[in-house]
Amino acid sequence: MNRDPIPASLMARVRTRLFNRRVLFGIPFVWLMLFFLLPFALILKISLTSSVMAIPPYEPVFRFAENTLSVVVNFGNYLFLLSDSLYVAAYWGSLKTAFLATVCCLLLGYPMAYAMARMPKHWQLVMLLMIMLPTWTSFLIRVYAWTGILGNQGLLNSLLLWLGVINEPLKMLNTNFAVILGITYAYLPFMVLPIYTNLVKMDTRLLEAASDLGCRSLTTFWSITLPLSKAGILAGSMLVFIPAVGEFVIPELLGGPDTLMIGKVLWEEFFNNRDWPVASSLAVVMLVMLLAPIVLFHRFQSREMSKHG
Amino acid sequence: MVNACGLSFSRFMLVIGLLFLYLPMFVLVVYSFNASRLVSVWAGFSTQWYGALFEDQQILSAVWMSLRIAFYAASMAVCLGTLSAFVVTRFKRMRGRSLLSAMISAPLVMPEVITGLSLLLLFVQLAELTGWPADRGMVTIWIAHTSFCSAYVAVVVSARLQEVDRSIEEAAMDLGCTPLKTFFVVTLPVITLALASGWLLAFTLSLDDLVIASFVSGPGATTLPMVVFSSVRMGVSPKINALATLIILAVSLVAFVAWYIMRRNEKRRRSGRLS
Repeated sequence: MNRDPIPASLMARVRTRLFNRRVLFGIPFVWLMLFFLLPFALILKISLTSSVMAIPPYEPVFRFAENTLSVVVNFGNYLFLLSDSLYVAAYWGSLKTAFLATVCCLLLGYPMAYAMARMPKHWQLVMLLMIMLPTWTSFLIRVYAWTGILGNQGLLNSLLLWLGVINEPLKMLNTNFAVILGITYAYLPFMVLPIYTNLVKMDTRLLEAASDLGCRSLTTFWSITLPLSKAGILAGSMLVFIPAVGEFVIPELLGGPDTLMIGKVLWEEFFNNRDWPVASSLAVVMLVMLLAPIVLFHRFQSREMSKHG
Repeated sequence: MVNACGLSFSRFMLVIGLLFLYLPMFVLVVYSFNASRLVSVWAGFSTQWYGALFEDQQILSAVWMSLRIAFYAASMAVCLGTLSAFVVTRFKRMRGRSLLSAMISAPLVMPEVITGLSLLLLFVQLAELTGWPADRGMVTIWIAHTSFCSAYVAVVVSARLQEVDRSIEEAAMDLGCTPLKTFFVVTLPVITLALASGWLLAFTLSLDDLVIASFVSGPGATTLPMVVFSSVRMGVSPKINALATLIILAVSLVAFVAWYIMRRNEKRRRSGRLS
């Protein structure tokens, strides 16, 4: 076999191009490894230590003294989480609240996205901006707005009293109802958006075919529109449910003393009790619980990111 | 024609949803002009809370701090996010690509308390091992915000990158352009709008973040959300209403300008197609 030798200059060019590609790839990769993935390993490590009065307030895992390396692993934090009913109740409360809020978002958000997707193009743009605009203003301030509305002397109670619907103010602020309302309010745009992008791409000829073949409109919706928008519903639900499980601001501002949510408990363990190991183990357990939904969301997202070509 | 009844129901829900989204904000704006401290009493029109807001040194310095962090974080996140979007959409066979794409999509949904706590632990251990960062503050908040904002930028930019016609890039390279020059001359002009919207998104996300900043901040750096949070924890505060009104005004202006630009582009594209 006699092959033409590849010119050295071309080889060099190919080599530099491959090298450049690796550098380009390496920059975001290393950054995210260092500032996103590595910190999770550290949480796991700290969750296996015990708390001490020091700076930083935990004992080292690896100790080197008298030529021996000793590894001290403490599973006590996890046992502590299981034994104290407060934590179990907080996890359960978080899951329940996040689930109910996701359902509320879906029930309100789906029809909104549906109406938007069937509008003329220039109206769709206006509506999109209208839905997104609240999320660009301050999240904290939008949640705080509800304290003025729901309070005992708040706007809603004053209105209802004035209308004569109720005789004495209803307790709405600092209840679980307020927390679910707040999460629904704050996360609604994240439900509407993926469903809208999904519905707007749908082939309307399918719907016309169904109605030509004598399908009734409700049947068409249940058997064609809804199944085809499954991916959008899934993405929207994950975008609401996962962050809502760890939500801190909303239960803190709108919830009451009996509102147990894990984000708030973690915050208090960390900032008030300064117990970093327990806070870390709370985070690890939360992460394990959310792993399946996060993987589900990632599947959808990576399909979105590599659809064409 | 199709599903007329369902459509009118969903239109009705859209109106309800928009009212639900905007009424609380409207209430804040109205009550920022209330002379009384109480929400239930309307004591006449007054702009006194705006005056009080501009005399509050703590709020003003926190605003300045937040704006600076948001500017740096958004700028860095656009560079990093665009690069991640580019390599994920273009280098299909690179080893580690699926891990990178997982690290881009996970921050979008990661609960903030977990991100905040994990980054704090990282900074503490780094300081123990290397002596850097000696004290936490603006730089650590900047790094934390850059990391999670770049994920959002990557999503916005990759959506646009997929629509770009690859054949023009290939033509440029066939004509002897280096990949770098091709990126700056061919690809970049097409995705400019996506970069701008990514930057704005990252800017608002950084400006808005309370939880992550609280974890990774030190005593020296207080951002606006921290000040707002500590004052609204105590109950209704008219100064915060005034601040909210100013934020809503600024965001509405930017949104209006964005709408105007997009509409003009759309019109131009349409007329270009006709002629």
